[in-house]
Amino acid sequence: MADAITHDTALIQLRGINRICGSGEAEVHALDGVDMDIHQGEFVAIMGPSGSGKSTAMNVIGCLDAPTAGEYHFNSVEVANLTQDQRALLRRHYFGFVFQGYNLLPRTSALQNVELPLIYKGMGRAERHAAAIEALSKVNLAHRAHHDPSELSGGQQQRVAIARALAGNPQVILADEPTGNLDTKLSVEIMEVLKDLNEQDKITIVMVTHKADMAQHAKRLIWMVDGRVERDGPTQKAA
Amino acid sequence: MLLETIRLAVQAIFRNALRSFLTVLGIVIGVGAVIAMVTVGQGSIEQVTADVEKLGSNLLMIMPGEDAMEGGPTGVLTPMFTVRMNNLLQEQLSVINVSAPMSMSRARAVFGNENRRTDIVGTDNRYFTAARWEIARGRLFDESEIKSGKPVCVIGETVRKDLFGSYNPVGEVVRIKKLSCEIIGLLKSKGASTFGSDQDDFVIMPIRTFHRRIAGNTDVSLLFAAVRDGVDSDRAKEDIEAVMRDLRRIGEAEDDDFTVMDMKQLATMLSGITGVLTGLLSAVAAVSLLVGGIGIMNIMLVSVTERTREIGIRLAIGAQARQVLMQFLVEAIILSLFGGLIGIMVGLGLGLLGANMLAIPFRPDINIVLLAFFFSAAVGMVFGYFPALRAARLNPIEALRHE
Repeated sequence: MADAITHDTALIQLRGINRICGSGEAEVHALDGVDMDIHQGEFVAIMGPSGSGKSTAMNVIGCLDAPTAGEYHFNSVEVANLTQDQRALLRRHYFGFVFQGYNLLPRTSALQNVELPLIYKGMGRAERHAAAIEALSKVNLAHRAHHDPSELSGGQQQRVAIARALAGNPQVILADEPTGNLDTKLSVEIMEVLKDLNEQDKITIVMVTHKADMAQHAKRLIWMVDGRVERDGPTQKAA
Repeated sequence: MLLETIRLAVQAIFRNALRSFLTVLGIVIGVGAVIAMVTVGQGSIEQVTADVEKLGSNLLMIMPGEDAMEGGPTGVLTPMFTVRMNNLLQEQLSVINVSAPMSMSRARAVFGNENRRTDIVGTDNRYFTAARWEIARGRLFDESEIKSGKPVCVIGETVRKDLFGSYNPVGEVVRIKKLSCEIIGLLKSKGASTFGSDQDDFVIMPIRTFHRRIAGNTDVSLLFAAVRDGVDSDRAKEDIEAVMRDLRRIGEAEDDDFTVMDMKQLATMLSGITGVLTGLLSAVAAVSLLVGGIGIMNIMLVSVTERTREIGIRLAIGAQARQVLMQFLVEAIILSLFGGLIGIMVGLGLGLLGANMLAIPFRPDINIVLLAFFFSAAVGMVFGYFPALRAARLNPIEALRHE
């Protein structure tokens, strides 16, 4: 598949990415020569058995993790060898994260949770407030802005988390098992939100999931096994 | 950003209000104790100085021994004074208004079922003049009582209260050692002295009675002299020193074997002692600041562990390591500053209370308050740094996975 997509315009371009965890006897090749191109505006689902490296791939894409070897071009800039702090800046300005466990700050209102990335962006108070409310409106939670996570349902918490990822106006939203803790009805709700963001706001979405029916909401499916990309194509075919 | 960090830290502290308070208790106690100590110490130094000056710098005490007040060797080898020496001194020096010989010991005064351990003083009426004692009931000694050493005594208010309650003691007989002694007078109370001792806690008898019936010798351990009004006490001291050297037959090349001390010196010395004590106690109190700092470090470490996931989230959404470091450092500093502020208030409160109880002026020292404030900030900084560094070095992926 590497020869299939080699546009210069690819937003995310992985070439021969290796990620070795542990050392010596315990050495594990979490990623073993991964090539991947993701273009602006795509909605990609990454699937695979556990231990296939799908989460690691997402962490590398989101600059939470650095590859052991290989090249990673983001917006045509080499980012594989950046320092921790440089990667933090990339995350701050280009990526939004949504996690399986929501990962909202406890005893902190939905609004404050959504404002958090904006604080690090150095936004002023009023501006921040407006942006956070806007992000919450997009996930239909503006009316719950002042509630603590503990007062919100799982689906609502995940929507707050999406609003938080969204608030920083990212190019890419990375979602790691975003529906892992939710029942089917709420899962579909979350997928609809992500789909809207992708279609209306043209935000690139990369989602890791192990549920085939959730992957169906994406436009493209990448199937990973043993740290390698095994299949890659439009969702209908892959499923 | 810093403002946000501070706001965030304050939020985090109030989220765990009780724990935060317990955490900073060490700082509160340390700062509070130091400030209370210094405030009371300074108040009492001021009081001592003021009182001594009011009492009259015209009082001089002459004691056997070189540098008696500086703790030089006294006693065995230094001969005591005599009553004759006192009288000659008074006769020869016009600068002296009156001088009284004094001898003292501690003994139990017994009346009926009551008894009290008190100072037994042998002297004569000149002491009452010099020290400005006034009689409340009864009378002072008469000439014949002094000359023949009759078993009579004048008592202080504290002794009266303890032995006689509400009775009139004049005319009663107290037993001191084997001496039965008739009370002929009661002195007006002077209350506690500047130095904290009870001035009314004594029994005074003619010095001859004291020598014969209590001490068994004729030693005089102190000459208590009042300088004539308008005479400079330094000049009087010089005169006394000259006469005393003569009376005690001290050769040209030899040092004095006695010390003349005026109340100013006494005040300086007592201030010095108070100062040293204050410093010492403050140092002990300061140790609790150290302990308080360790408490803060402990809680901050717990906090970092508890909030590992939060740190992971912050890192994921774009916080840099140094921003996480700052967050926890600022939190530790603000926490200990809170402790410092509470401690300052507690310290000043205790200082005020202490000043009122000891009837000394309330003298808060702005320098110590500022020092305490900055010191507690420094404690937060030093003891918060290690936990903060730990937080900043967390790997975001592992931190996010932390349960």
